[in-house]
Amino acid sequence: MFLLSLAWRSLGNRRLISLLTAASIALSVALLVGIEHVRMGVRESFAGTIRGTDLIVGARGGTTQVLLSTVFGMSVPNGSVSWATYERWAAHPAVKWTIPYALGDAHRGHRVIGTTAAFFEHYRFRDQSVTFASGKAPANDREIAIGSDVAERLGYSVGSKVTLAHGLGAVSFAEHEAHPFTVSGVIARTFTPIDRALYSTLDGLTAMHDDEATSGGLMMGPPPVARAPGEQPPITAFLLGTKNRFETLQLQREMNEDKLEPLTAIIPGLALQQLWQTIGSAEVGLRVVALFTVLVGLIGMVVALYASLESRRREMAILRAVGAGPRLIVSLLVLESGLLALVGATAGVALVYAGIAAARSAVEARFGLALTLHPLGSAEWAYLALVVSAGTLVGVLPAWRAYRSSLADGLSPKL
Amino acid sequence: MSSATAGAAGTSSPAVELRDIRFAYKGGRDVIDLPALTIGQGERCFLHGPSGSGKTTLLGLLAGVLVPRTGTVRVLGTTLSGLTSGARDRFRAEHLGYVFQMFNLIPYLSVRENITLPCRLSPARRARLKGADVGAEAAHLAERLEIAELLDKPVTALSVGQQQRVGVARALIGAPGLVVCDEPTSALDSDRRDRFLELLFARCEEAGSALVFVSHDLSLAARFQRTVELPELNKAAVREMVG
Ligand SMILES: Nc1ncnc2c1ncn2[C@@H]1O[C@H](COP(=O)(O)OP(=O)(O)O)[C@@H](O)[C@H]1O
Ligand SMILES: [Mg+2]
Repeated sequence: MFLLSLAWRSLGNRRLISLLTAASIALSVALLVGIEHVRMGVRESFAGTIRGTDLIVGARGGTTQVLLSTVFGMSVPNGSVSWATYERWAAHPAVKWTIPYALGDAHRGHRVIGTTAAFFEHYRFRDQSVTFASGKAPANDREIAIGSDVAERLGYSVGSKVTLAHGLGAVSFAEHEAHPFTVSGVIARTFTPIDRALYSTLDGLTAMHDDEATSGGLMMGPPPVARAPGEQPPITAFLLGTKNRFETLQLQREMNEDKLEPLTAIIPGLALQQLWQTIGSAEVGLRVVALFTVLVGLIGMVVALYASLESRRREMAILRAVGAGPRLIVSLLVLESGLLALVGATAGVALVYAGIAAARSAVEARFGLALTLHPLGSAEWAYLALVVSAGTLVGVLPAWRAYRSSLADGLSPKL
Repeated sequence: MSSATAGAAGTSSPAVELRDIRFAYKGGRDVIDLPALTIGQGERCFLHGPSGSGKTTLLGLLAGVLVPRTGTVRVLGTTLSGLTSGARDRFRAEHLGYVFQMFNLIPYLSVRENITLPCRLSPARRARLKGADVGAEAAHLAERLEIAELLDKPVTALSVGQQQRVGVARALIGAPGLVVCDEPTSALDSDRRDRFLELLFARCEEAGSALVFVSHDLSLAARFQRTVELPELNKAAVREMVG
């Protein structure tokens, strides 16, 4: 206890250097813990991209492909699913609801998805449903709902006329002049890929292609499937919810073994997790960088303690004269570095919490990133323990030097 | 209780007893080569020698901070050269007072905390305070050394003379058997020096402590019971001066 107060007051005696040293440790710890928080927030909101959907079903192909093309509006779908197959599975006794997805057209770099009212009823992200900032869902084949990014970037609002292009590219060769849409609603910001897409009815998408076919427009993309008049065209994928969650795996197996049409059914939560593991490896890099800054902070501390030793040789001689052994001198210096690391690490964590408390609402509004003020998790405790014990450990270096010089000096330090 | 304490309790043994001491700093040649020196209990001894004659080194040997190459150092009946370094540190904390030439004080402690430092480091020394608690003893010593009003000041606010008195108070708290002073008056003017010596002697007498006082200033010698010329005793120093 006496030693602790000695160490504390010795640090206070060199207040400026002590503060700067602790501050550099605090900043590096704040970076480390802050990255951890942001990382968890990003992972949370990534995992929340789609919720409540038990299976996503597309044509036979890669799992990631199905996830990317339906949920993220990226990459090209594996193929198409016939309307008959969709209806067959929609009628399956384990299935509670379905959302058909017809994908393939684009408007100035934004995907257009043909779907039904079920999308607005059943689709969930972060436990929220799709709502409208203004207007309403498309009610007929001339109406289209748009994501908030689309509205912002292209300057559309309810009532705007939209002319669609075929194919996924930003540069459109064949604009569907013959079948212009009217914006029926702007979807409230979701911070998911929904914001970057347009949603028409299934009929709207069909009508667009039929009108174009009769007006002799240019076709890009998959060739039209020959079908009888009045027959529904195929869709790209469908989302479904089960009546009983526990039947999901069974249903997935049945679908993957469909004899009539080869399908791939994925569980979105699992697929998201797999995808995160691939793209999330960037977080390891971030963490390594943060750990390095902590290392730099600790090295700074050792340097500061080393630099102070020269001016403290007299102090060491006095301590020796009143009976302090080398062990006490080593303990004093190790305690000093341990205290600096502790103060720095604590301040760093406090900094992160204060920062989150101050910025969380702004961050949530701007990026849809939910940073939570949860109590210190095991990761934070582990980092704190790591920094404090590393700080104490590196304190042994200057302490050893002080010990050596106090032995060599005896009671007459050369100044 | 350690053997150190048991030895110190013996009333008959001298305060300091040196036999055939040879000491060299690491990698250097002998600085001290001293066949014999004895200082009695409660004796006030003036140790004179020019700069570089090994005075501070000798005090380091007495304090058990330095260990001779050969020979025995007995302090208050305890053979320091036979103790482990930890035991020597404990012995020093318990039985020794040390006053430096200057810069006696830990800068980040108050005057009171500087004075009580030996009692904080050595429970045995604290236990020797008869009845009085550490704070009361510090206040008592400060009053006798005419620095009572400085007790709660930061040490940086003190003049050199005041600092030296605080150093004496620290050396004398808990009445150690031996007080060692390394040119404590060299930074004081003559008026302050005389008053300092008066106070130092009175306190040592009160505590019954033997005093080994080192200086190159021979004019102080008359005030001591006994004067030792280190160059006469120290064969290493003689060699150095001749060669
Ligand atoms: N820590 C040390 N390391 C090496 N040599 C030292 C050390 N301290 C003193 N010396 C040398 O020992 C000799 C005696 O020094 P010292 O005891 O300080 O003399 P004094 O106190 O009489 O001036 C000198 O030659 C000095 O250079
Ligand atoms: Mg000297």
